[in-house]
This record gives sequence, structure tokens and C-alpha cells, in this order.
Amino acid sequence: MLILYVLMLFMIIAAVIAVETRNLLSAVICVGSIGFVGSLMFLFLCAPDIAITQIVVEVLGLIILIRATISRDLTFISGDKEFFGVVVSIVLIAVIFLAGMKVLDTLPAFGTAIFTQVPDAASQVYLSEGLQRTGAANIVTSVILDFRAYDTLGEATVLFTSILGASAILRKKSRRRLG
Amino acid sequence: MLYALCFLLFMIGLYCAITKKNMVKIVIGIMVMEYAVNLFLIMLGYRTNGIAPIIGKGDLNPETGQVLSSFINGSVDPLPQALVLTSIVISLGSLALMISLCIRIYGKYRTFDITKIRRLRG
Repeated sequence: MLILYVLMLFMIIAAVIAVETRNLLSAVICVGSIGFVGSLMFLFLCAPDIAITQIVVEVLGLIILIRATISRDLTFISGDKEFFGVVVSIVLIAVIFLAGMKVLDTLPAFGTAIFTQVPDAASQVYLSEGLQRTGAANIVTSVILDFRAYDTLGEATVLFTSILGASAILRKKSRRRLG
Repeated sequence: MLYALCFLLFMIGLYCAITKKNMVKIVIGIMVMEYAVNLFLIMLGYRTNGIAPIIGKGDLNPETGQVLSSFINGSVDPLPQALVLTSIVISLGSLALMISLCIRIYGKYRTFDITKIRRLRG
């Protein structure tokens, strides 16, 4: 239990450094440390599949981010702030903060899973009948590849579309016009 | 209390995404918000002294092959884990898209400052 607090505080400190540092490369490295500590945290929260995926995704994302920031000039932001923009930012942050505090009051205490308080939650069915129905010992795998396979299909579609868009944006030459 | 810390992480990401004027900083803020939301969803399904939702040999009834109730009453929630798995992979795709936009804009304007790229250039 204590380890979760330590990791969470580490993530918050790394996030503050990543937000406030001037150097973009060190900000990117701090984001990477948030991701790896998050992966450790998933491991302590009994989610090994997510921990593995998080490490893989983190390495790829770090490579992409470093590709964007390395050998670029440092951009120094001039400090002229507009009044309207500042007011809108403060109002937006305050509204989301108040809404979040309302939600925090209604949550159950940490450690009591929310699906145990619903009598016929879908997770209970997955846990009790997942092995018989799908033959997968790992319940998470049986959920993503059998019970909710359409979600995974949609995920593959979104991933393919975003990679297609990224490669279209980064294309060096414009397509030669036909005719 | 852990929920509150997770919410604090989300607010740091939101602050970064709203108020910073550097494009890469905005992308970093969005990523921090993604970490916070994923972590929050996993925390909602956590049970104290829970076990990972993977069935071992000891969790089966030897005669009938049914899953023992000790596993059902002790395992953490598998459904948020499956959906967060989807969300993490999609966040990688959106990160690639955002960063490619940043690289393209830098190539055209030679700056990451969003206040200097307002004017249109052909």
C-alpha cells in the first residue's frame, strides 16, 4: 500500500518537472519516467498485461517524442499573455477542478472494487464463466479477444487510421498530379 | 487519497495543455492526462490483497473443473484492464499523429511557439 503512494508521488513530481522545465528534451525524458513508473504501478495493482503493454508503448512513444525534439532549436516563449486567454484558462481549470471534487466525494474507498457492489456486473460473469466459455486462462485476454472482440477491431481501425494520417502528414513529396 | 493524487496528476496535465504555448509541451500535457485517466480506471477495479485475473491450476475445482469462489471473490476487475489496454494502444497512435503535426509545423515556421504561427504563409 505504501509503495503505491511512493510511486504516485514520484509520478507527480516528474510531471511537475516535465511541465515546468525549459529544455524540451529533459521534459520528454521526464514524461518517459512517468510512463515507466506508471507501468510499475500497474504491476502493483495486479494488472500484468497492462504493465507489459505500457512498457512497449512507452519505448515507442519516447522514440517518437525524442525524434520531434532533438536537434531542434530551443523555442523561448515570449511572455506577453492575453487577458481573454488567461481568464478562459482559469475558468476552465476551476470548473473541471470543482467537478472532480464532486466526483471524489462519491467514490468508494480505495481497495473496494466498484464491481463488487453491483450484483450482476459483467465482470462477475467474465470471472466465473470466462474459462468455460472461451478456454482462456487469462481473463483479460478472453475479454479483449472474445467477449469484446469488436472493441479490439475498432482499436485496430483507429490505430491504422492514425498511422495513415501521420505518414500522410510527414510525406516529403506531394503526390504528382495526374493528367 | 490515491484517487485525489491521481486527480492532481490529471490537473497538472490539464494545466500544461491549456496554458503552455509550446506545442511539444501541449502534447506532453495531453500524455500526462492520459496516464492519469488510465491509472484511475485501473484503481477503480482494485481490491485490497487482490490477485491478478489469471486462472492457475490451484483455482480450479479438481472434480468439476469449475472456478473456485475464492478466485471470483479475490480477483481484481478484468473489464477495466481490457479497456485500458485498448486505450493505451490508441494513445500511441494519437501521439504519433500529434508529433507528426508538430514536426510539420516546425518545418514550415521554424518555431514551436503557437503564438507565432498564427499568420498564414503560402
